[in-house]
Amino acid sequence: MNRSTIDLWVGVFVVAGIAGLLFLALKVGNLATFSNSQTYQVQAKFANIGGLKARAPVKSAGVVVGRVADIRFDNESYEAIVSINIDYNYQFPRDTTAKILTSGILGEQYLGLEAGGDGVMLKNGDRLRLTQSAVVLENLISQFLFNKAAEGKPEAKESAK
Amino acid sequence: MRVADVRARLERLGSGVTFHVLRLGFASRFLAHLVMHSGTALRRFRLTTAEIYFAGVLSLIIILVSGLFVGMVLALQGYETLQRFGASESLGVLVALSLVRELGPVVAGLLFASRAGSAITAEIGLMKATEQLSAMEMMAVDPIARVVAPRFWGGVLSMPLLAALFSAMGIFGGYLVGVQLIGVDPGAFWSQMQAAVDLRNDILNGVIKSVVFGVAVTWIAVFEGYDAPPTAEGVSRATTRTVVTSSLAILALDFVLTALMFTGGTHQ
Repeated sequence: MNRSTIDLWVGVFVVAGIAGLLFLALKVGNLATFSNSQTYQVQAKFANIGGLKARAPVKSAGVVVGRVADIRFDNESYEAIVSINIDYNYQFPRDTTAKILTSGILGEQYLGLEAGGDGVMLKNGDRLRLTQSAVVLENLISQFLFNKAAEGKPEAKESAK
Repeated sequence: MRVADVRARLERLGSGVTFHVLRLGFASRFLAHLVMHSGTALRRFRLTTAEIYFAGVLSLIIILVSGLFVGMVLALQGYETLQRFGASESLGVLVALSLVRELGPVVAGLLFASRAGSAITAEIGLMKATEQLSAMEMMAVDPIARVVAPRFWGGVLSMPLLAALFSAMGIFGGYLVGVQLIGVDPGAFWSQMQAAVDLRNDILNGVIKSVVFGVAVTWIAVFEGYDAPPTAEGVSRATTRTVVTSSLAILALDFVLTALMFTGGTHQ
């Protein structure tokens, strides 16, 4: 076969291979998510973030409006500080509530925003005052068991009478 | 009588072990010589380009078609299991992670070994059998630099590209079956995949695996060809050994690399 034909096909092969790698990096990996849209950052403090991770989606009414940028531990209040990048297209009132929710029973955890009624909107660097921590299954179970035990006691006394 | 029998067996075992250790040493020396005399192959890049054509471009069809079918089967099987737990939206994650981490490099490597590795061994073995390599030495041309090194680099450069194309094609196949045929939500398919696949932890490690497999397969292929007895039987045996040894090497290396890459504590 002609040399230049071989070169052409090798060139096509290399371009296709690099295109495959780019496809994996951009479309399959998470390099390009939310990188091309303008965002503003707000922070929220949580007593417990459960299994929330950086880059988890931030949803309001079920629609993704941003991503969790960073999670740090505050050594003074012993709470978690979660930084959230929200798309500029979505403006939220200042008294918005942030909750850590789970999609389904076994699904990933995400951050839910519930808009308040304040007329002033959130700005870059603001802090969300109203937060609700993640539900920890163990706490829930122990609460349930204590309640059961508390319910059971008076009955036991009555039956002893 | 018994003692002599045992002794003969022990001697055979010992000479077998010595032979294989000797061969491994020769193969390592061969690789060192090959890498040090790669100047010609890299300077006259046309030589390597021709080998990329034979090892890479001509393997494209089998790699792309296999990738498509592997992805389609993954999507079908994955959906069957995931929908029992109501997690069929995670189909994209399953397909992408299996392909990028494991199946892409491993299956592409196995196909590459049987498609290109065997051809390299047969070609070099026949060159040796017909005394073309000796003729080159007579003309003061180093056959390792002129014949072996371009084939080695052609294979090493082709393998990561083939593995990436295999993974990309597999994910496309998974998309075809999962989204177009079964009807998984396309938004969930892609977004869950993008949230779960990490650029460094998953994709880069997959590329590293494919580079390692490329080096292993082509090294075995060129060595078996160069070391083949110069007879028709010797060449055919060497070709078989290439496919068997490199398949085993890929699977064993895959275990070692996976243990190194994916069991670290830093992965979230």
